[in-house]
Amino acid sequence: MSLDKATVARIAALARIRVPEEDLDGLAEELSNILGWIEQLNAVDTADVPPMSQASEQKLRWRADEVTDGGIPEKVLANAPAAKDGYFTVPKVIE
Amino acid sequence: MADRALTDLTLAEARDGLSAKAFSAVELIEAHLDAMAAARGLNAYVAETPERARAGAEEADRRIAAGEARALEGVPLAIKDLFCTEGVATTAASRILDGFTPPYESTVTRNLWEAGALMLGKTNMDEFAMGSSNTTSHFGPVENPWRRQGDNRPLVPGGSSGGSAAAVAARLCPAATGTDTGGSIRQPASFCGVVGLKPTYGRCSRWGIVAFASSLDQAGPITRTVRDAGLLLTHMAGFDAKDSTSVDRAVPDFEAAVKRPVDGLKVGIPKEYRVDGMDPEIEALWSRGVDYLKDAGMEPVEISLPHTSYALPVYYILAPAEASSNLARYDGVRFGHRAAAADDLLDMYEATRSEGFGAEVRRRVMIGTYVLSAGYYDAYYLKAQKVRTLIARDFSTAFEKVDVILTPTAPGAAFAIGEKEDDPISMYLNDVFTVPASLAGLPGVSVPAGLDGDGLPLGLQLIAKPFDEETMIAAASAIETRAGFDGSPAAQGREGA
Repeated sequence: MSLDKATVARIAALARIRVPEEDLDGLAEELSNILGWIEQLNAVDTADVPPMSQASEQKLRWRADEVTDGGIPEKVLANAPAAKDGYFTVPKVIE
Repeated sequence: MADRALTDLTLAEARDGLSAKAFSAVELIEAHLDAMAAARGLNAYVAETPERARAGAEEADRRIAAGEARALEGVPLAIKDLFCTEGVATTAASRILDGFTPPYESTVTRNLWEAGALMLGKTNMDEFAMGSSNTTSHFGPVENPWRRQGDNRPLVPGGSSGGSAAAVAARLCPAATGTDTGGSIRQPASFCGVVGLKPTYGRCSRWGIVAFASSLDQAGPITRTVRDAGLLLTHMAGFDAKDSTSVDRAVPDFEAAVKRPVDGLKVGIPKEYRVDGMDPEIEALWSRGVDYLKDAGMEPVEISLPHTSYALPVYYILAPAEASSNLARYDGVRFGHRAAAADDLLDMYEATRSEGFGAEVRRRVMIGTYVLSAGYYDAYYLKAQKVRTLIARDFSTAFEKVDVILTPTAPGAAFAIGEKEDDPISMYLNDVFTVPASLAGLPGVSVPAGLDGDGLPLGLQLIAKPFDEETMIAAASAIETRAGFDGSPAAQGREGA
């Protein structure tokens, strides 16, 4: 799989990472090389093989649906780059 | 012990010396803080916490005097900067966590502090644990305390837990925590001539560890002896309801496991690890390892792990995919870096993430985004998950015949800073022997087993069945005893930076 500039720009937009126009060609080549190397997996027959999503076979545990934490707004906001009146603040979203 | 520097003591010796009042916790901490100050050129620590360490040492001395000492009372540790430490900045060696001070403590470090251990500082690492050389850190590369004979070029310590491995090797702490996703404890341990142990997935809680690839990440110890690795692991491990993948089973005394008999056990030698173009020195080391285990009464058995060569490409789909999801949280809103002067919210996200992430992290997040995107999910991500199943099955089948598996840890010794930087894939190949066990969730340990022709340390890896770290530790101890590895870069005639 060889990625073109437009595809790299689309991936970057999906990943919310700004990539300057002049870096797109180099990145397209790097990512294409990595994907080309990854495609050796196509040689493996995986018919009827279930996917593995966790390294341990245990089942996820259940617990009672109840509040176990909270009431610490100062701690939650302590690391915010910008906060006001108990809220995180962001640049204006709606004009 | 009187004739040995306090910084030369192993973790177990430090604990025993404190308990016997041969020296005080304050003396032990001061010796390490002095060593750290003298070796800042290695860049092994990104933050030192001397006030906290000194206050803790005074309290430890009081407890020891009062007969209230806990299991690790007063022993100093270095903590990889991927573990959230309450009130102490935690960065994952990334600019995007600039200014982040966790209001909570990771479970693993909380376990250690509750056992009485003290923190010397936070260690350098590859950014978000993505790397095998510790050169992707926002704080700059770490220098390996070892150098090639007759060559003064600084070498990488391996990665991603490079700061932890370098600090342990350079006697800037008796032991350190690391994390391992595809080899990030074992490979730097091999490069720095120390012991690095990744336990079974689920053995140590991941809660409060900055996430990279959640189905693979595990914490573990980096130490100078196998016994110390067992000792530290005993106090890191344990069930934690806050991690849904934490496994609820008793934690054995891993320190005692070094004394377990190994005679009669079978050691698997996987033929697929004898890769084309293998360094003859690595091959010779591997053969010596087999001889050491035979001498200990173990029986070598050739085994086959047929899907070995697919482990790296599987890893470089799954780990970036999980990373792209985990790292979505870094948006400049709730913590860490935020780009200045953004026009709108989307602009702020994109500017923050392009400023905050380094090149390798951006690359992996983009690969992960691509393999998870509509139209490519089945071809890449699902395919990789299926091959992961086959890799795990290979190990299950092999472990029907053998008790442990012996392999080299890495395809070579430490390389110079700046080497292998041009091609990401050549860097990824460093983890060729460590990634398969990670994918299968199995425990693995790297134990120093000798020096190469340039005088650099090389490690051997042992892999065991799930939750059978004790057999692995016993076999690692058998190698350690027979290899007679000196373990000190100072023996090369240089110390620290």
